[in-house]
Amino acid sequence: MYEHDVIVVGGGGAGLRAAIAAHEEGADVAIVTKLHPVRSHTGAAEGGINAALREGDDWELHAYDTMKGSDYLADAPAVETLAQDSPEEVINIEHWGMPFSREDDGTVSQRPFGGLSFPRTTYAGAETGHHLLHTMYEQVVKRGIEVYDEWFVQDVAVTDEDDPSERSCHGVVGIDVKTGDIQGFKANDGVILATGGPGQAFDHTTNAVANTGDGYAIAYRAGVPLEDMEFVQFHPTTLPSTGVLISEGVRGEGGILYNADGERFMFEHGYANNEGELASRDVVSRAELTEVNEGRGFEDEYVMLDMRHLGEERILDRLENILHLAEDFEGVDGLKEPMPVKPGQHYQMGGVETDENGHTCIDGLYAAGETACVSVHGANRLGGNALPELIVFGARAGVHAAGGDIEDAKIETGERGNIEYDDTEMPVQPGEAGIGAGGEASTATDGGAVTQDATAVVEREVEAQRERVEEMLSREDGVKHSQIRARLQKTMTQNVNVFREEEGVRQALRDIRDIREAYEDVYVEDPSRTFNTDLQHTIETRNLIDIAETIAMGALVRDEFRGAHWRKEHQERKDDEWLKHTLIAWHDGEPEVFFRPVILEGQNKTYEPKERSY
Amino acid sequence: MSTQVPEQEGEAESSADAETDASVESPQEQRMAKKATDRAYRDAQKKAQEEIAAAEEAVRMKVFRYDPEVEGKQEPRFDEFHVPFEKGMTVLDALMYARDHYDPSLTFRHSCRQAVCGSDAMFVNGQQRLCCKTQMSDLEWPVRVEPLPHQDVVKDLVVDMQHFYDQMHSVEPYFQGENAPDGEEQKQTRENREKIKMSTRCIWCGACMSSCNIAAGDNEYLGPAAINKAYRFYMDEREDEAELEEHRLRILEQEHGVWRCQTQFSCTEVCPKDIPLTEHIQELKREAVKSNLKFW
Ligand SMILES: Cc1cc2nc3c(=O)[nH]c(=O)nc-3n(C[C@H](O)[C@H](O)[C@H](O)COP(=O)(O)OP(=O)(O)OC[C@H]3O[C@@H](n4cnc5c(N)ncnc54)[C@H](O)[C@@H]3O)c2cc1C
Ligand code: SF4
Ligand code: FES
Repeated sequence: MYEHDVIVVGGGGAGLRAAIAAHEEGADVAIVTKLHPVRSHTGAAEGGINAALREGDDWELHAYDTMKGSDYLADAPAVETLAQDSPEEVINIEHWGMPFSREDDGTVSQRPFGGLSFPRTTYAGAETGHHLLHTMYEQVVKRGIEVYDEWFVQDVAVTDEDDPSERSCHGVVGIDVKTGDIQGFKANDGVILATGGPGQAFDHTTNAVANTGDGYAIAYRAGVPLEDMEFVQFHPTTLPSTGVLISEGVRGEGGILYNADGERFMFEHGYANNEGELASRDVVSRAELTEVNEGRGFEDEYVMLDMRHLGEERILDRLENILHLAEDFEGVDGLKEPMPVKPGQHYQMGGVETDENGHTCIDGLYAAGETACVSVHGANRLGGNALPELIVFGARAGVHAAGGDIEDAKIETGERGNIEYDDTEMPVQPGEAGIGAGGEASTATDGGAVTQDATAVVEREVEAQRERVEEMLSREDGVKHSQIRARLQKTMTQNVNVFREEEGVRQALRDIRDIREAYEDVYVEDPSRTFNTDLQHTIETRNLIDIAETIAMGALVRDEFRGAHWRKEHQERKDDEWLKHTLIAWHDGEPEVFFRPVILEGQNKTYEPKERSY
Repeated sequence: MSTQVPEQEGEAESSADAETDASVESPQEQRMAKKATDRAYRDAQKKAQEEIAAAEEAVRMKVFRYDPEVEGKQEPRFDEFHVPFEKGMTVLDALMYARDHYDPSLTFRHSCRQAVCGSDAMFVNGQQRLCCKTQMSDLEWPVRVEPLPHQDVVKDLVVDMQHFYDQMHSVEPYFQGENAPDGEEQKQTRENREKIKMSTRCIWCGACMSSCNIAAGDNEYLGPAAINKAYRFYMDEREDEAELEEHRLRILEQEHGVWRCQTQFSCTEVCPKDIPLTEHIQELKREAVKSNLKFW
């Protein structure tokens, strides 16, 4: 067993920032990550990172834009924290050497981005995430923070009180991918889950193959609610063949979308008469799909994004990377031709419920980055707001976990206080099936003595995971996880996509139930302990099933139209009923849905819901 | 164990010309020009391959297999896979197809599928390439896929990257400037950012190191990626203390540093991020000479 004060799971932007912050508080920190940190998906972010740095802009405007962008489903204390802390955080990474793009006077450049009332998106070419990730990894190296890379974390070790908010987390259990060795990592002060997004729940996504949402599933099974999972962001400009992202920066610089009739449809068909291509992502995604559905798409699949008129010089200066992506992955020369684009899964607004300090309802368990739902993005994330989230809330989680001085949170977590339970009729009893090879977290399953000794809690979890893997490897026959994963992705893409209909979502839930049953017969064909990706992907697939289920359940219960969540039968935002978060908690092998009101009161003002028009 | 370096298989993708060409074109223009030539070549190839594909409907791949633990795989061998060809298919797509449909034990690293995570550099038809950005239709079939040469093979196409990481870490790969004004950003000129831009693009894929004959013969040689990393900080004007520069040069000038480089350009040729590595190494050699004149 390894032992540290703070264990950070994940070496992307959020994990690295959390580790640095905890280290600065004097904690002994280790990062446990399934990919080497520089391979994390933060490296794929292109467009930029929002921070109110300049005269004419201030944090209040940033907060206002974010609340509006969220369609009034973000919590004001979280949003204001984001807006207040991001300038300092951005300057911080500049001081760490981040190669931002520069103005003539040598200051950091900023560009316009969708939904922003000021051009406050700082960027480094069209490779902002790459530079952010590498700059922070460099600082981790500088500080000598321990990194266990290619260690796949299966679960957290949590005590087994009945009420999740009385549980505490004492560490994690992981597999050394290189050798198959399973070990515990005891955390004396805290565990921070920063495992990134769950894009692999869909079959057309901008996300990496490694983005299987492990942290969501791990926290969920330990008893932490998942919040607002129905809000999935579909990015309007992904390349049709692969899902590779064409940055919003292209539209920010003036790129134009048109349909097969050559119309600039954002204006000509009235989707966004003021902002046009720069309306927020949900609006543009729906517009594109409507064009395609109404027969004005190319090959019944995509529309065109044109940047030729921006001129070679400007393109090379600010968007060179886009030229390479279009060329390498779609065979298109962006200087000479328009680029085909269609919407693709991109970002999960919802996630592990935390407060502004990254803390969950379980003592010692934190989440940060895309895995967490603080909630700053509400029903729709503005472009350029995820990267500041990583560093702002990554840092806060790190400080809090290390016992540093940080103000008390205003956001409540867990099943306490002002909540209401849901009674929507589900088409099947979700959750139930699929206990087989997936294995439940051992939390609260002992039935016997409640153990409080931290080491014993970790050891017990190590044992459970060793048995689980043993069992999976010993199966001689069954279904391949890849078939199961493909079925899951298909039903999600068909039924819980940009457009959602009640019957479709119900169908998805029935399919997921069948998929859970199929998973009981999953088997790992590769018998080796050495670098067994078959085993790892099989466990990840189980995580994806849990996540997909919460997305579909959230999509079914929320019978309104808000942000990225579009429902055919409910074409309006219902503020009287729905200014509340959807929470789904795992209770004794079954998901339970409840709600908590959104906090619209900020420090100095209340954000009154207004119609969101662009 | 290590795999052998087979003969280069005459892929017509020489970027050395572009790099040595002393014309006035900017590096950006050069890269674009190279892209254009490559594209013309590829279009022709693609057409030819698509014709074959239409006839055969499947690509043949020969994939290196090895597992120290599993009986029957302890002796390295090649397995052949036939994968249904689709327009736009990359080598990574084909590998994933083979794994998901035929043999789940086929093991390789991959993640982003968009040339930013650096995990899927492999030896494809005798050259180091990122599988995710290599179109099947650009290659001669059957496509041979092997792990990166000169690194120990862990299993199938997975190599041990530790040595590569160690070399990267040995050049103190982090910003050390001390001039940061409190609460506001440091200034950096556009020219200076442009100067270091290419060097900051490295994704740690290890292709350059694997292609380098010097690195193959001298395990302690820092290697192109690590030297490029040092270049990135040495040239960054925000790190402008003379002492620090000298410190960085000392690391670079050590016995196994810049002077080992014999300007063979193989690193520059394979780098998937088009980083002019050889040029950067040469520049650092010049800096070292200058500083020696100054200090002695
Ligand atoms: C293509 C693309 C472009 C984007 N562009 C922008 C942009 O311009 N601006 C913006 O603000 N946002 C952007 N986003 C969103 C933003 O980049 C992501 O939300 C963010 O990078 C996620 O960071 P993270 O640290 O939470 O996770 P990641 O960077 O995905 O890191 C996850 C880490 O967790 C580790 N991990 C996962 N599971 C396990 C496990 N079981 N055990 C151990 N380790 C594990 C992984 O190894 C990895 O190190 C973009 C997203 C995409 C996909
Ligand atoms: S310099 Fe190029 S080839 Fe070498 S590791 Fe970096 S990206 Fe890969
Ligand atoms: S899969 Fe990330 S570089 Fe190829």
